Amino acid sequence: MFGLKQKDATLFLVVVAITALAPFLLNPFPENSELAQFNAGYPDLMQRFMIFGIFAIGFNILFGLTGYLSFGHAAFLGVGSYAGVWMLKLLSMNIIPAIIVSVVVAGVFSLIVGYISLRRSGIYFSILTLAFAQMSFALAYSVLTPITGGETGLQLALDDPRIFGVAQTADGSIPLTNFFGLEMRDGIEIAAGPWLFTLNVGYYLSAIVMLASFYVAIRIFRSPFGMMLKAVKSNQQRMNYTGINPKPYTLAAFVISGMYAGLAGGLMVAMDPLAGAERMQWTASGEVVLMTILGGAGTLVGPLLGAGVIKYFENIFSKINDNILYEWFSFMPGGLQDFFVTIIYPFIGKGWHLTLGIMFMLVVIFLPGGIVEGGKRLGRLFSRKKAEGGGSDATPAASPAE
Amino acid sequence: MGILEVKGVNKNFGGLKALDDVNLDVQEGTVHAIIGPNGAGKSTLLNALIAKLEPDTGTISFNGKSLLGLQAHEINQIGVCRVFQTPEIFPDLSVLDNVMIPAFAKHQGSFRLNPFAAVDADAEVTERAHEVLEDVGLTPRKDFEAGSLSRGDKRRLELAMALAQDPKLLLLDEPTAGMSRADTNNTISLLKHIGETRGITKVVIEHDMHVVFSLADTISVMAQGHVIVEGKPEEIKGNPKVQDAYLGGAHL
Ligand SMILES: Nc1ncnc2c1ncn2[C@@H]1O[C@H](COP(=O)(O)OP(=O)(O)OP(=O)(O)O)[C@@H](O)[C@H]1O
Ligand SMILES: [Mg+2]
Repeated sequence: MFGLKQKDATLFLVVVAITALAPFLLNPFPENSELAQFNAGYPDLMQRFMIFGIFAIGFNILFGLTGYLSFGHAAFLGVGSYAGVWMLKLLSMNIIPAIIVSVVVAGVFSLIVGYISLRRSGIYFSILTLAFAQMSFALAYSVLTPITGGETGLQLALDDPRIFGVAQTADGSIPLTNFFGLEMRDGIEIAAGPWLFTLNVGYYLSAIVMLASFYVAIRIFRSPFGMMLKAVKSNQQRMNYTGINPKPYTLAAFVISGMYAGLAGGLMVAMDPLAGAERMQWTASGEVVLMTILGGAGTLVGPLLGAGVIKYFENIFSKINDNILYEWFSFMPGGLQDFFVTIIYPFIGKGWHLTLGIMFMLVVIFLPGGIVEGGKRLGRLFSRKKAEGGGSDATPAASPAE
Repeated sequence: MGILEVKGVNKNFGGLKALDDVNLDVQEGTVHAIIGPNGAGKSTLLNALIAKLEPDTGTISFNGKSLLGLQAHEINQIGVCRVFQTPEIFPDLSVLDNVMIPAFAKHQGSFRLNPFAAVDADAEVTERAHEVLEDVGLTPRKDFEAGSLSRGDKRRLELAMALAQDPKLLLLDEPTAGMSRADTNNTISLLKHIGETRGITKVVIEHDMHVVFSLADTISVMAQGHVIVEGKPEEIKGNPKVQDAYLGGAHL
């Protein structure tokens, strides 16, 4: 189906179904309930799931397949964002040209950075990519201010010289980003009893782009090209003596992942038309590394899951404050309540990084294959139990290679 | 003129003369064995042939064309292929993928950007990969992770990887080391078989004299980086110089 093998097609359809239903699945708690703060089904966050999903899927094509660990991929996302905002300023509020230009510009930039950085491997490669990204970050804040807007960032203005379209709407405000007239902010709200669901244009557009990116990634994973990338990770030296030149393969993977980052950057400004240098900072590059490893580097869905978990934590855990904690533990006698709140407090709100860090360490130490590996282990445990119980012949296979 | 000509090749590692004015002339379609005690420089010579290291002086030509200055993958693409002494496989990939890669190299060149092709889209490549696995008897293991194979199976996989490329010149570095007697005999007959059907020229480094004398047309004996004797197997057998080089360590 769609040129995919049965197993991949199933996986793809499952991801399609989940993204299509996400506005419902992620809002399981009634609007006014205490647990409503754990709802993630609002457009802004769901868009972020998609955008960072794309970023991580692309990063995984480089890191997961070839093993080359780039510490500068946020630079491509940042460059893509700037290019996108400029297209919105100069050309049109239609997001399509903006996104295309974001991808192209990020692709060209990653070709240059990749060409130079890939002269080295291992830690030296990582340092080179980090150096490039930090350089871009510093330049965006300083000499490139006319292009990047410096510290204030690059924003739309009321006097943008937009070639196709108007600088201001009739009521004197900045026009909104749209897809051939369909505005990203548009959407419908469905109230079902105490529940409230939002179906947002921006989210569904991001979802379609993410699904297309995911599909392309599956095809790459299963192609001879993808096989060569896995061979780079497994034994790059040997490729030379097998008649393969590994260099253009790694460079192609680098550029493809750079273009994915640019796509994420373009989509980001399509949803919210501004760009700032902090998007290129090393913490942003580190975040996509965490997403990929947390979800499972080298797996198909891992990066998506990792992006989802990290963005959920960042947005939901960080909002819990001590008042909410006191409420949760209000059933306890005063002393005990204080005790629990004091213990849990460092892990929530501004302390969500601590929770994330601990989770990351646990995964790296106990589940090197990330969330996907965890899921597989659970699945195996489950099927073994079933086999024992039913006395069936469904013994686990002798683990042939994927 | 031979298909492979090595003239006056020297290589020093610090003070050690690993290759000392080595000359070699390998005739097309023959099996040329290189024997010699440990540390004689046999593997180093092969390294120089495939650009794994650069000789200090001397010339190396294949089919009249100099190999010096070419990159490793270019040398491989013109038909010179090596089977390594210690298995150099892709341990994280499946056994089948390990032979698919050289088959792709043969049919699609050293680089092709085909991220949307299916792995099994090129029937010729797939067929060739399965064929060589069958040849070395690894078909039942084709879906296993290559790194999980036994040492002997890894050696056979090495051989299959080289065969998948249909080389003109096959360089074998102790292809039967670590194999059982039965596997050794299988490998000998396989090498003889591909020699006859495909007319591949072979250079074989071997310590096992049984293998050497059942395969070789010509034998070069190396010691301390130098080729001390070269000749037909029967000329080598009784040669006192050879006995000396081995210090009586081999049964010739
Ligand atoms: N890269 C290197 N750097 C330094 N010395 C080396 C290097 N490669 C080989 N040597 C040395 O060169 C000499 C020849 O080594 P080589 O591996 O060619 O021997 P060989 O004839 O293949 O021996 P064996 O039968 O044990 O495989 C040895 O003394 C070895 O230690
Ligand atoms: Mg050797």
